[in-house]
Amino acid sequence: MTEMVHGPLPVEVRDPILPRWWRTVDRWTMASVLFLFIFGLILALAASPPLAERNNLDAFHYVHRQAVFGGLALLAMTITSMMSPDTVRRWATVGFGCALLALILLPIFGTDFGKGATRWYSFGFASVQPSEFIKPVFVVFSAWLISASFEPGGPPGRMMSFALAVVITGFLALQPDFGQASLILFSWGVMYFCAGAPLLFILSMAAATVLAGFFAYNYSEHFARRIDGYMAADVDPNTQLGYAANAIQEGGLFGVGTGEGSVKWSLPDAHTDFIIAVAAEEYGVLMVLVILGLFAVIVLRTLARLVQERNLFVRLAGTGLVSMFGVQAMINMGVAVRLLPAKGMTLPFVSYGGSSLIAGGIALGMILALTRSRPQGALSAVMRGY
Amino acid sequence: MIRKPLRPLARIFSARTAGENPDLIEHANRRERIEMQHERILRKTQRRLFMMGGIFVISFGVIGMRMTALAVSEPIEPKARATAAQILASRADILDRNGRVLATNIDTHSLYAHPRQLIDPEGTARQLVEIFPDINVEKMAARLAGPQEFLWLKPAISPEEKQAVHDIGEPGLLFGPREMRLYPNGQLAGHILGGTTFGAQGVHSAEVIGMAGVEKAFDTFLRDPRFDGQPLQLSIDLTVQSALEEALYGGMRLMNAKGASAVLMDAYSGEVVSLASLPDFDPNNRPRPLTQGDASDSALFNRAVQGVYELGSAFKAFTVAQAMDLGLVEPGSMVDTKGPLRWGKHKINDYRDYGAQMSVEKVLIKSSNIGTARLSLMIGAELQKDFLDRLGLLQTTPIEVIEGPTGRPQYPRKWSDISTMTISYGHGISTSPVHLAAGYAAIVNGGTLVKPTLLKQPAAPRGARIISEKTSRDLRSMMRRVVTEGTAKMGDVPGYSVAGKTGTADKPSPQGGYYKDKVLATFASFFPSTDPRYVLIVTLDEPEDRTGPEPRRTAGATAVPVAAEIIRRVAPLLGIAPEIEPTLKNGLTLANN
Repeated sequence: MTEMVHGPLPVEVRDPILPRWWRTVDRWTMASVLFLFIFGLILALAASPPLAERNNLDAFHYVHRQAVFGGLALLAMTITSMMSPDTVRRWATVGFGCALLALILLPIFGTDFGKGATRWYSFGFASVQPSEFIKPVFVVFSAWLISASFEPGGPPGRMMSFALAVVITGFLALQPDFGQASLILFSWGVMYFCAGAPLLFILSMAAATVLAGFFAYNYSEHFARRIDGYMAADVDPNTQLGYAANAIQEGGLFGVGTGEGSVKWSLPDAHTDFIIAVAAEEYGVLMVLVILGLFAVIVLRTLARLVQERNLFVRLAGTGLVSMFGVQAMINMGVAVRLLPAKGMTLPFVSYGGSSLIAGGIALGMILALTRSRPQGALSAVMRGY
Repeated sequence: MIRKPLRPLARIFSARTAGENPDLIEHANRRERIEMQHERILRKTQRRLFMMGGIFVISFGVIGMRMTALAVSEPIEPKARATAAQILASRADILDRNGRVLATNIDTHSLYAHPRQLIDPEGTARQLVEIFPDINVEKMAARLAGPQEFLWLKPAISPEEKQAVHDIGEPGLLFGPREMRLYPNGQLAGHILGGTTFGAQGVHSAEVIGMAGVEKAFDTFLRDPRFDGQPLQLSIDLTVQSALEEALYGGMRLMNAKGASAVLMDAYSGEVVSLASLPDFDPNNRPRPLTQGDASDSALFNRAVQGVYELGSAFKAFTVAQAMDLGLVEPGSMVDTKGPLRWGKHKINDYRDYGAQMSVEKVLIKSSNIGTARLSLMIGAELQKDFLDRLGLLQTTPIEVIEGPTGRPQYPRKWSDISTMTISYGHGISTSPVHLAAGYAAIVNGGTLVKPTLLKQPAAPRGARIISEKTSRDLRSMMRRVVTEGTAKMGDVPGYSVAGKTGTADKPSPQGGYYKDKVLATFASFFPSTDPRYVLIVTLDEPEDRTGPEPRRTAGATAVPVAAEIIRRVAPLLGIAPEIEPTLKNGLTLANN
């Protein structure tokens, strides 16, 4: 009707989508992710054959899967990175609902694959780990709530998002998966911190964490053993940490050579939690430093671009996502060099794992989408330098 | 904070007069306020973002540096570190008084397995049995196929065995260096040395700890790294030990004894030059302790140190010495020896009737129980006990083998008159041969106390005086006459002027009372009699000389000839010049031309 009266709407004259995307996206971060993925494949070639052998599979079974999932992850990243921040927010909100539902239903429909923790939905050909997917969408949703709370007449978003974080943490602890639970809490804390939380509050949070750790040490034998192993001056050479430390020392600067390493035969988690030990042993600490550098580039570039971002939601969401990404890498490598107590945590984009890869791709896609260069706020504010 | 009013009255009024909508002013102000607030938040988040960036830079930097530091540090062999620091190998050598090696170490290897690395556990077990026939093939195969990661197979193997195991070619069979204790002289001085065993074992070394004898008594010294492997020098003379053991063994066989012991002691310093107990064992391969029967029948039992026996008439020398030293009697004084001597319901008899009276000298020479008992009555219980105590016969000896303290003398708690009498001739008191040797050394060396020791002593001052020089001299000549005309006639060794006192004690039966046909024969001797250098105690357990028409068991017929044979052999080794009797002047004059 309207068209019949007024004629068709004039087509907005804009750049084609792909060139605009290419021009505005953070290509450094994208390249770093691509390199991480390539390193992940190389390391999978080194680290996964022992696992394949144990499971009576083709030697490079896990490499193939890693390539497929990695490709899917890159695709997911590209698609997500083309969205506008609003679209990201909308899809994340929808996704958060789905992921939360999946998480809640996990105890009923999930499977534990005989590992003692119910974390997966099994679909035969593949399995899905909802906790991996809930991390990025939770961050975006919470960032929206927190930023909305600053609007005049906005909802009490900080309280609401904290309640959500606690609920999710509870469900994750039920699985149990304390690693992901602590990541959820951590990312919420980072966003709250960036949103201007009073320092006193931050300090009391730190104190509470120490207190909680103290109680866990006294009441959980599992936890106490981890801490004792970390505190001991001499690492027991027959533990995972001992093998990892030894592997790094064996590797030296340039490594013992491709396929020559031995740690992958001793460590059950060589392809996931201790992938960095395999890298250090076979390719030397220089490769590890390159990987570390790639993570640093992603985190720091993203933070730098977020500093120029004037939208509070974008800032918070981007910071939450990228710090979760960075901290995960930090914990993984910190454990291998015994800066942190033993805690299973995958190295994003490098460790083997379908859900982890694809969820990582989505998270990085969101980061890329949020850090695309775009016009910022009112010109007057830009002129004043904020 | 001073807040700017949203509706400043002055502007409202002027707007009204100008006909404008004053709400616009309020909206503009409200918008400005929100923008300012927004900016404040953005400014704050910006600072926090910079902080985040800083934290990440520091964290990544620390991890990177730590990773690099770890990578450039030397890799440490994980197994070596756990054990090498704790176990100190290299035990000090043990030497005899002339520096000959009694105990040393050799480098061997231990054999262990990593069953998980074995390619063919069953075949390995079969091939191992070919090298070590003592291995049970089924058990070994089961162990090698088991779930363990680590198995000890052999504590120490020879180089030939090592090569043979090496030739099996199994990657799961591994060797660790082992320092092994070696006693190159085999059984010789086995009781003194004792032996060792492996203590804490690591892959790269094992503790060697003393099991018995000197090895255990000096365990901490031998292992102490502070002494830097400084050898332990004993007072033992290896050649003398060898000659003594050989003669003692022959004597034991000849006299059909079930055990024997001998102690050869320097009469002045108390250094034990030789000490033997038969049966003995090889410290390289210590037998297991007996699980049943009498421990004193075990080869591990050191009769000379651990065995306490009623040594019989050999004790008479102490009684006579004390009586003379107290001035109660002279060698020529007459003593009542009319038997039997009744004391309450007890009755003391002699071997045969020696008449109504005897001189003190004769009492010793003929070994009269009654005469000695009379002497002890003159001395009295208190003084006797005190004298024996001063001689060290009532405490354990300080001899430096770990078994020393177990040879605790036994004597009646209530030292009654009848005890005094029986103890005067060596019954009712049990001591070890080492005790007896020290006691004899003290009364014949001029009367000064000696303490038995197994360590080579520097020239030491004389001990405390026990009896006078003169008493000692009289005693020596009396005991020389025991050999020349008394109970020990078979003990005379030409040129060495042996003196001593026999003792034949009926062995106590475990059922109470004494055996009639089982004795412990002792000869306590010293030589040369004029200037004693060495004391030799020989005991034979249940000897029986069956060459005559009737079995003879007295010490004079058993222990004495064995002691004589020992002296004949060891005296030249000890460097004692034989006394050559002056050649008779037969009327020939040497022609001087």
